[in-house]
Amino acid sequence: MKTSKLTTIWSKLVPLLALFGLIVVVTILNPSFIDPANIMNLLRQISINGLIAFGMTFVILTGGIDLSVGSILALTSALSAGMMVAGVDPILAIVIGTLLGAVFGALNGVLIAKGKMAPFIVTLATMTIYRGLTLVYTGGKPITGLGDSYAFQLFGKGYFLGIPVPAVTMILAFIVLAFMLHKMAFGRKTYALGGNEKAALVSGIKVDRVKIMIYSISGMMAGLAGMILTSRLNSAQPTAGQAYEMDAIAAVVIGGTSLAGGKGRIAGTFIGVLIIGILNNAMNLLGISSFYQQVVKGVVILIAVLLDRKRS
Amino acid sequence: MKKILTVALTLMLVFLTACSMESPFVNNDSADDGNIKIGLSISTLNNPFFVSLRDAIVEDAEAKGYEIIVVNAQDDAATEISGIEDLIQQGVDILLVNPTDSAAVSSAVQSANNAEIPVLTIDRSADKGEVETLITSDNVSGGEMAANFIVEKVGEGAKVVEIEGIAGASATRERGEGFHNIADEQLEIVASQPADFDRTKGLTVMENTLQGNGDIQAVFAHNDEMALGAMEAIKAVGKDIMVIGFDGVEDAIASVEAGELTATIAQQPDLMGQEAVSAVEKVLNGEGVEELIKVPLELKK
Repeated sequence: MKTSKLTTIWSKLVPLLALFGLIVVVTILNPSFIDPANIMNLLRQISINGLIAFGMTFVILTGGIDLSVGSILALTSALSAGMMVAGVDPILAIVIGTLLGAVFGALNGVLIAKGKMAPFIVTLATMTIYRGLTLVYTGGKPITGLGDSYAFQLFGKGYFLGIPVPAVTMILAFIVLAFMLHKMAFGRKTYALGGNEKAALVSGIKVDRVKIMIYSISGMMAGLAGMILTSRLNSAQPTAGQAYEMDAIAAVVIGGTSLAGGKGRIAGTFIGVLIIGILNNAMNLLGISSFYQQVVKGVVILIAVLLDRKRS
Repeated sequence: MKKILTVALTLMLVFLTACSMESPFVNNDSADDGNIKIGLSISTLNNPFFVSLRDAIVEDAEAKGYEIIVVNAQDDAATEISGIEDLIQQGVDILLVNPTDSAAVSSAVQSANNAEIPVLTIDRSADKGEVETLITSDNVSGGEMAANFIVEKVGEGAKVVEIEGIAGASATRERGEGFHNIADEQLEIVASQPADFDRTKGLTVMENTLQGNGDIQAVFAHNDEMALGAMEAIKAVGKDIMVIGFDGVEDAIASVEAGELTATIAQQPDLMGQEAVSAVEKVLNGEGVEELIKVPLELKK
């Protein structure tokens, strides 16, 4: 009993210790890293991966996977940019774009729950479909000329009390999602589903409904991230978001959530997002070649999974 | 009711004043340590052309005693912006940007403008923000060069296939425009198909086109990768069709020398890099530079 308690505390501490270790090392190597301007810079850079990874945490907690998030991001970005060009109010376009993300995610959920198909296969297929639709809609060209609405510019590039607005959005989303996961019945159902789906079904949980909800959340977060990217890039890029699912999955895994489902916390994912973001930012600050950046990221993921193995 | 309204209005006012487009934190790291630091953001290093370009710039800049830091956008617009922000954070004195996309790079150029760091773009331009100059190959005349070469070798009215790059990319538009300027009048274009600058896709597109058209005499591809792919398809069916690529990457030049690829419209990354560094020098010295610096192309056959 005593040892198992120790290991749980240990398992919660490892990602946090890794984060602090990383911050200390990087700061020693280049003190400009902890410059407030760079911290704000970093927070803005991680917000897109952060939002996607928070949604992905729910999916992975149920033992599923969502490969379509990058494509959903591109498609919602293109559709909302199209709306803005057509003269729709930018705020309304942002809201509709985010909701469309939820709809695309719900479609994943319905196919997985009602169609009884593996999440990997379903989202692999919809990843291609949503990407294809993005190319069809944009004709392969970026959509530009989104206008100079202050609110829209603020959404991706502005500051609120000195904190970048995308970072504020990410933190708000984190609070809401953490509340849902840890304080609401929906969260307990999510864990139950990942722990043992049959037992969850027998105990009266409406498994299908929970699954559809979860993939909708994942799609909605991807849509919201897409809105931020649209504002940051002042355009919609048909190729946006490629391989973003990989960074999100990596953040979730580094944060200690088990790919088998049932175990993990969204706070861990936040730490994972910070670790990946700091690695990218620091290696740029230190002038390390981008080729090594990819190697290092892969090594960090492997170490995280190895530690996870050792714990369980 | 009145109270609630007052509170709501105050809150809204507070919210609005709390928002701004400028960061309250100013990077205080650009204190002069004597060295001039150049920041280079390159669109990708998965394409030999951009590797040569980077090597040329780094070599030339270091030879002139500048310090240079390179970030790679890996063909992703968001990664590119993050990279440029990181360069600004490091306090570079001047930025050389090779954009992945003209629209998407704009906000990073504006950030640099806010930090009062001069920006020069290479190969592609930026839609918004202030840029000192654009250093680029003369793609339109390169396309014309290719079409003229086909007319010269095969004669007027030859049946040609055009393999296009990524739809909408500036290189695709400009190279296509130049090619069509001549070919629409003097050649017969039997097919124009995109292969996204990719060798494997070039191979597949050429295989399919060969199935449908028996008597093709020449192929113009918007880059060397696709040309080399197309050439493999032609070799496989044992036909004698001239293939012209664009860029002049090492593989293509070796292939031209081996008598396989007919020709390539070579960009000159070395020259482009030199032009870029000398433009940097001029800007730093406060001399004016031209808005557009066109680097000549060369037909290698």
